[in-house]
Amino acid sequence: MITVDFSSPEALDVQLVGGKTLGLARMTQEGLSVAPGFAVTTDAHRAFLEGSGINERIGEILLSHDLSDQEQLIVVARLIEREFSAATVADDIADAIGLRYRELGDRLGIGDVSVAVRSSATAEDTAESSFAGEYETFLGIVGVDDVVEHVKRCWGSAFTPHALTYALDRELSPLEVSMAVVVQKTVKARSSGVMFTVSPSTGDRSRIVIEASWGVGLAVVGGEVSPDRFAIDKINFGVIEKKLGDKRIEYVDGHTSRAVDDERVARFCLTDDEAIAIARLGKVLEKLHKAPQDIEFAVDREVPGPDNIMLLQCRPETVWVAKQAESRTASIPLMDRITSNVFGVATGAIPTGKRSSLPEGHTHG
Amino acid sequence: MADTRFPFFREWPPPAGAEDWASMYPYFTTAQPEGKDVEDARLWFADTMHWSRAVHPLDSIGAEAVYLGAGQSSARIFALPTSLGLDMRIVNGYVYISPTGVTDPDRINERLAHFQERAGYYYANWDILYSQWKDKMLELVKRMRAITFPALAEYEPLEVVTEARGRSTAWDLISGYHELIEEFFLAWQHHFEFLNLGYGGYITFFQTCKQFFPEITDQSVARMVAGVDVLAFRPDNELRGLARTAVDSGVADVIVEMRDPDAVAAALDATPAGRDWLAKLEKAKDPWFNYFAEYGFLHDQDTWLTDPKIPFDGIIRYIGMLREGEDITRDVDSLRDERDEIVDEYRSLLSPDEQAQFDEMLGLARNVFPFIEEHNIYVEHWTHSAFFDKIRELAKVVTDAGFLLDPEDIFYLNRFELDEALNDLVAAHAIGVAPRGAQKWQAEVERRRVIMSALRAAPALPALGTPPDEITDPFAIMNYGVTTDRIRDWLGAGGSDGDRLTGAAAAPGVVEGPARIILTEKDLPSLQPGEILVAPITAPSWGSGFSIAAAVVTDIGGMMCHAAIVCREYGLPAVVGTGFATSRITTGQRIRVDGGAGQVVLA
Repeated sequence: MITVDFSSPEALDVQLVGGKTLGLARMTQEGLSVAPGFAVTTDAHRAFLEGSGINERIGEILLSHDLSDQEQLIVVARLIEREFSAATVADDIADAIGLRYRELGDRLGIGDVSVAVRSSATAEDTAESSFAGEYETFLGIVGVDDVVEHVKRCWGSAFTPHALTYALDRELSPLEVSMAVVVQKTVKARSSGVMFTVSPSTGDRSRIVIEASWGVGLAVVGGEVSPDRFAIDKINFGVIEKKLGDKRIEYVDGHTSRAVDDERVARFCLTDDEAIAIARLGKVLEKLHKAPQDIEFAVDREVPGPDNIMLLQCRPETVWVAKQAESRTASIPLMDRITSNVFGVATGAIPTGKRSSLPEGHTHG
Repeated sequence: MADTRFPFFREWPPPAGAEDWASMYPYFTTAQPEGKDVEDARLWFADTMHWSRAVHPLDSIGAEAVYLGAGQSSARIFALPTSLGLDMRIVNGYVYISPTGVTDPDRINERLAHFQERAGYYYANWDILYSQWKDKMLELVKRMRAITFPALAEYEPLEVVTEARGRSTAWDLISGYHELIEEFFLAWQHHFEFLNLGYGGYITFFQTCKQFFPEITDQSVARMVAGVDVLAFRPDNELRGLARTAVDSGVADVIVEMRDPDAVAAALDATPAGRDWLAKLEKAKDPWFNYFAEYGFLHDQDTWLTDPKIPFDGIIRYIGMLREGEDITRDVDSLRDERDEIVDEYRSLLSPDEQAQFDEMLGLARNVFPFIEEHNIYVEHWTHSAFFDKIRELAKVVTDAGFLLDPEDIFYLNRFELDEALNDLVAAHAIGVAPRGAQKWQAEVERRRVIMSALRAAPALPALGTPPDEITDPFAIMNYGVTTDRIRDWLGAGGSDGDRLTGAAAAPGVVEGPARIILTEKDLPSLQPGEILVAPITAPSWGSGFSIAAAVVTDIGGMMCHAAIVCREYGLPAVVGTGFATSRITTGQRIRVDGGAGQVVLA
């Protein structure tokens, strides 16, 4: 199986479609608003690596260099990149991708539909390790040939110096990385951003934090703007806090950025209602995945609200999940808890005399 | 420019005409030269929550009893590891208190062991002990009510002879007075049997929530614990029920038109439906109208019995709401469902281990919380109303004997002076001579009347003395809202500049509207729908006022003060503990209350 639509049952097989597709497929199949698309499977990836012979050549390159040496690693990456440029995608794979791409366009009534092409590795985006940002994403890709070309580039992105280092640090062989690729309709984003279903600063699980700016999400992810920030109460969906960012540029597509006029710089790029609607989606996703999530979204400028919110990707939040697992301790006896909480007096091995921090709004400083 | 300290006691001049105020109170309740250095070095904040006005000499017994009970419980009975209770001084007629702490680590450790054993016993047996406590309090009130003060007769009743009592009934004036005082002090010791432990249980749940959800708001925590069906809501529920019966049985028109309780009673007595309603009213009175319209620490605060206009105004307000088609029933079931839903939501975000801890702490908090919500009914409302009733019975005997000119004058004598006066009176009566002190006390009462009215015309300063670097006393924080931040605000905002007041975020919501300053319950009828109620402190008994106010702002109080608890219950935005609201805001001024942020912005 070379391609799998988000709506098909096979799209829930993470070994076949990778973590990113799995998230999108789950969301699609739950009826959540996700831009439509398909995955190029790990089968296709393997068929390409083996069929083109590139696998063996990469193996040789890796074996003949000292990968612990950063300079050699860069050379390795460049050699592999050259191999990828030279390799061709076999016709059966390219045709299957083309067929699915044209189907997507037909379904949307758009001839050459603009799509995002991005990696969806199986080792990526697990709760324990995040390859977030290690692999490539290409936006605004149009036409069969370009789509196939960028699928190949995604496959190649497992061998950038950065991705190689990341994999080696975690004792993963870059050759074992099994990578699917997501091909998804480009969202015409008026605003976009990321959402954490846990407070990134405190790990509070009853908070959803949204960061967003104008245009497509590259400016937020790439740190080129300081985004608007919304903190939403996950229980009763009130906006607890919002902070206006400084969003001086916006991307109109995957490549082009432009200045944002003063009026829009001074205005929140999401309404409160939009922020709350996004947060509600976040809570649904968290329940679906049974763990805090890190979610990318966009507000489509062509679709009227409230259907204008598009989920772009969803993956497990990793930082706080790990910290909470670490800090989870045996339960404290009731009276010890009372004395330590009320009087700031610790019992047992912990030194005494330490003051407790008092409830919010009651603390010093 | 922010100051680093508040005025010392001696730097706060008494108002003109009140220079000799200190002579009215027991010496140990006022500053004495030998305590000056210690007093200067500490922070004293005004307990205007309990004594919103300057206290009459006899009313100062409340300040004595409260802080004796609090101290004994904290320091000696339960050995709170870091807290020895609160020191108390009367300054310019107002009650000021100062937390006393333990800082020596060895002593804290020693106390810790005692605390764990002693408090642990109470937590483990809470239900049975609390149930015993209620009986104990009911017995106490009953004993108080049974005290009698017979008139001083020319001849003792014959039974004194036939029953061979060997003792004069005139002695009852003295023994009954002593008994009354003892019962009052006992009630306040009982009061603290559970209060600190109750707060402790609540704070622990609070901190557990903060540990699991670092950004959780105070209100969310409070909503998970709030009792929905506790005694505290009974008096107000009685008024709602009376309003509904009045509308259903067609007597509402008479009540609304005549307003005056006596006139209403006379008119309703003429019809069967009217008589039924009056019977229902009568039934509600005992015990629910033994209910102070304010906190009940001052003798001149009314109860619903001493001023029936207050509950009648409430009934009339509820009749109006019913006629507007509003549903005034407190829907206990849906309140409980809402509370449980919030709990489930937070709980579902936790791991199984954490859920077990959360459940344990929530269980504890819910177990102890009814006491926090209900104890006022037993102590302040029932005990104090019995106490003041009995003092007035005594006053009548004293006045009838010609010792004082007006029964209310008795409140101008402090409890020791009254004891002396009673001894004078009884001794003089025994041998048929004039008491030595009638003229002295009558003149003194006149002199003190001038002092009291001058003291009451001047507002309290929120705090005196030198603040510590950090306020750590958990009860000063939870109950009074006195935090390190608040002290800083008070120091910075002592003047009339600035357009912003900060307090504790007691109940969420943002409201803008005209303010109405309510200094006592007597002002309450002037409150108009949609106005923001601004008071030194509100009392739980202002229920019908809460149902028309748009928001509440108070001078004092913390997250757990009654004003905060009740506002959360009524869903009213509230900022408590602002320090200066009643002196900085004027009636009619537009203000914006942000109950979630604890901010009040003055237009």
